[in-house]
Amino acid sequence: MINKSLKQLAQALAAKQISSVELSTLFLDRIERLNPTLNAFVTVDREKSLKMALAADARIAAGTAGPLTGIPIAQKDIFCAEGWTTTCGSKMLANFVSPYDATVIRKMHNEAGLVSLGKTNMDEFAMGSSNETSFFGPVRNPWDTSRVPGGSSGGSAAAVAARLAPAATGTDTGGSIRQPAALCNLTGLKPTYGVVSRYGMIAFASSLDQGGPMAASAEDCALLLNTMVGFDERDSTSLDRPVEDYTRDLEKPLNGLRIGLPKEFFGEGCDAEVMAAVRAAIAEYEKLGATTVEVSLPNSHLSVPAYYVIAPAEASSNLSRFDGARYGYRAPEYDNLEQMYEKSRAQGFGSEVKRRIMIGAYVLSHGYYDAYYLQAQRIRRLIADDFVEAFKSCDVIMGPTSPSTAFKLGEKAADPVQMYLSDIYTIAVNLAGLPGMSIPCGFVGGLPVGLQLIGNYFAEGQLLNVAHRYQQATDWHQRRASGAE
Amino acid sequence: MNQWEVVIGIETHAQLATVSKIFSGASTAFGAEPNTQACAVDLALPGVLPVLNKKAVECAIRFGLAIGAEVAQKSVFARKNYFYPDLPKGYQISQMDLPVVVGGHITLQVGQGDKAYEKVVHLTRAHLEEDAGKSLHEDFHGKSGIDLNRAGTPLLEIVSEPDMRSSDEAVAYAKALHALVQWIGICDGNMQEGSFRCDANVSVRPKGQAEFGTRREIKNLNSFRFLKEAIDFEVQWQINEIEEGRRIQQATVLFDPDSGETRMMRSKEDAHDYRYFPDPDLLPLVISDEWIARVQGELPELPGQMRERFVSEFGLSNYDATTLTANSEIAAFFQSTVAIAGKQNAKPCANWVMVDLAARLNKDGKEITESPVSAAQLAGLILRIADNTISNNIAKKVFEALWNGEGATADAIIDQQGLKQITDSGAIEALVDDVLAANPANVAEFKAGKEKAFNALVGQVMKAAKGKANPQQVNDLLKQKLAG
Repeated sequence: MINKSLKQLAQALAAKQISSVELSTLFLDRIERLNPTLNAFVTVDREKSLKMALAADARIAAGTAGPLTGIPIAQKDIFCAEGWTTTCGSKMLANFVSPYDATVIRKMHNEAGLVSLGKTNMDEFAMGSSNETSFFGPVRNPWDTSRVPGGSSGGSAAAVAARLAPAATGTDTGGSIRQPAALCNLTGLKPTYGVVSRYGMIAFASSLDQGGPMAASAEDCALLLNTMVGFDERDSTSLDRPVEDYTRDLEKPLNGLRIGLPKEFFGEGCDAEVMAAVRAAIAEYEKLGATTVEVSLPNSHLSVPAYYVIAPAEASSNLSRFDGARYGYRAPEYDNLEQMYEKSRAQGFGSEVKRRIMIGAYVLSHGYYDAYYLQAQRIRRLIADDFVEAFKSCDVIMGPTSPSTAFKLGEKAADPVQMYLSDIYTIAVNLAGLPGMSIPCGFVGGLPVGLQLIGNYFAEGQLLNVAHRYQQATDWHQRRASGAE
Repeated sequence: MNQWEVVIGIETHAQLATVSKIFSGASTAFGAEPNTQACAVDLALPGVLPVLNKKAVECAIRFGLAIGAEVAQKSVFARKNYFYPDLPKGYQISQMDLPVVVGGHITLQVGQGDKAYEKVVHLTRAHLEEDAGKSLHEDFHGKSGIDLNRAGTPLLEIVSEPDMRSSDEAVAYAKALHALVQWIGICDGNMQEGSFRCDANVSVRPKGQAEFGTRREIKNLNSFRFLKEAIDFEVQWQINEIEEGRRIQQATVLFDPDSGETRMMRSKEDAHDYRYFPDPDLLPLVISDEWIARVQGELPELPGQMRERFVSEFGLSNYDATTLTANSEIAAFFQSTVAIAGKQNAKPCANWVMVDLAARLNKDGKEITESPVSAAQLAGLILRIADNTISNNIAKKVFEALWNGEGATADAIIDQQGLKQITDSGAIEALVDDVLAANPANVAEFKAGKEKAFNALVGQVMKAAKGKANPQQVNDLLKQKLAG
């Protein structure tokens, strides 16, 4: 049961082969057994989960169930969920119990009837690519527990890879869904900016953040995405457009599909064996009827520097609300207001978060704003224009998700620049607001490799189709990690 | 003093009269229990997002149209970052580079009567932003309380050019602006509750010098009197400083109403770096021509338009028309009065509203909206003067009687108190004859060429008539008899 797809689980629930309570218990038991090794979850509340499962069973019995009602999933601890501790991986919010539901939480649980197995570990405030910046300790990769799962949605990735949950949510600001998906052999999708509501999703960099599904297959992602999307009047950047069924085009043949291969993604900087796996996957696509065309993203080398101006700038402001005044961590001792702020923030935030707040405050400050922030915004526009140009000659862009497989815990922790470069292929997608995916495409030394698919705006359905057809022809995505067992 | 020129610019925060806040659905009503009108968005819980209230935008459009400004097709909300406990997000959402209203002007009248003159004050801009909460420093035993009810209340910050040259001009501008925002229904104007508050940027320079002097900004003046007192003090202080050889340093100052003095809050060196940047949670505010046209169609007649109409339609002087359109309440009262008394009586209506009624209201410290004499009652009174039922002098008695509630209408009071003017020439002639007979000395004096004696005789007749005789008839008859 634990290895079944969402579709199979839905069928089992509908056929009353298993109840949601039984199914949820199965996963909760696995979490209890394996989470001490993996540290994928920061909050598990069996009672709450089973209450949700019971309600789901009632809906199934009453015939009012939706397609995924009763299926348990894991929620990244960046989504506020009423009555649940919502920490965002930070000491600052270690005791914060949300009084309200994020729109994604409301849609997935209250409307779709999914059951929450708990909240997954993550890099603090989603700032990191290895899940090592979490206040609650690093998450371990189920493929090799001496290695990182990627980040920032590392807890969600490890949970699904070790089958502590059938699927999970993640958020992606610069690659935080796709990179851990690649490092843990999962399928992960970052939708077009504005497709999934950000209301109740604790902000890192507002103009880049986007929630999305992480699961074992494209089909599972499509099913999950169906429950997450939709216009939200509480999010001014949410897009009001007709709702799609993302499973609709899954089976479409790929004949005539034009795959764009940006020459900048196939140059230096990527591990050779990773690159070989990516090229093999592209060859497989050609067998499926696709053609390839070289495209260029001439400004892609500027994406990391532009990102590390824009994201910290927004973060420095977004994180100002964590001041110890109304909720969250407050230093136990202080003599005046200024000290309360300084000590609460000094003690409540970890070093990576502080680094980015300082960078952000710096690039926004008087006299530097034009040279950094405005310049980065100009680059952002150029990068988006590059994609517009590239999509004139192709339907989907492919390349590696991450330049390497999962690295060792601590390997890059001391060198932020090395860490930042692990998102070199994913960041441009966020800057442009495009949808991107990572799908399993092979192994190097027993560690998974991810293939990145980038689509045009609102091409989620097409990306899922392209991913699904590949997964019909290959079995990389069906391989299971056993490192935690 | 005389060789110095004062330069004043004013920034005004007008709370917009919307039902809910600018970026959340919480109520904006004043005076609720602390923190009962602060929702998740106002509290800046993790994950919440702002959604712009279209009603607040409409207020800004109304204002822009009312002052002949450009309503920007595209404006941008920006974050102004600073830490303070009553600022829950750690930033205020405001507008910086691209405000919603650009330019415009207000025409005001400075001074009264003969000394009155017209002045045009240009506006730099007006932009939308959210108000902060309030810090409460009492009753918390060494701690501070925070009330976030006000957090997120929509404000229109209205910035004038440094066009004013005296505290009188500054007050006249503030009053005209105060009247205008209420006139167009975007602000309740309640200064005690902080709905309308001014910051004054004040500098002085030698007369004839082109460059401005260094300015100091007086923050948070919430009455017209404080505005004037603060500017007057500040101007004198700056002149003294310069005359004693010191330089003015740019600074923000506070006015202490008790001492009547301004004192430094922070110098330019202490000024915050607010690290403004466009708020990524909000899309640029795009205002279509259609939206502007719709708001234009809903605007009431504006003070300037009404003033011109009063001159052309009623033949009023420019001064009268300006005074009667100083605020919407006076204008409404006047218009209601004229509507009943008739256009031909517009001038007496204007005089009664501006002079007699205004003086009486002033005496009792009442606003025109609280006047015990209604526009209809006043019009009834004016009609009786016009048709010679009563004289102007008797009218003042009737007005006082109406004020005191002695009758429902002027007619009722005239009737009850027997104040109807005597116009029967036979009756007046009898009174005149009696007076002439009883005052031979006055008659003799008059005939000897003393004009004053005539007035004494008129007075005697009026006295005998208890003031009710028609003065013109009395005059005519007396002249006739004395000549005869």
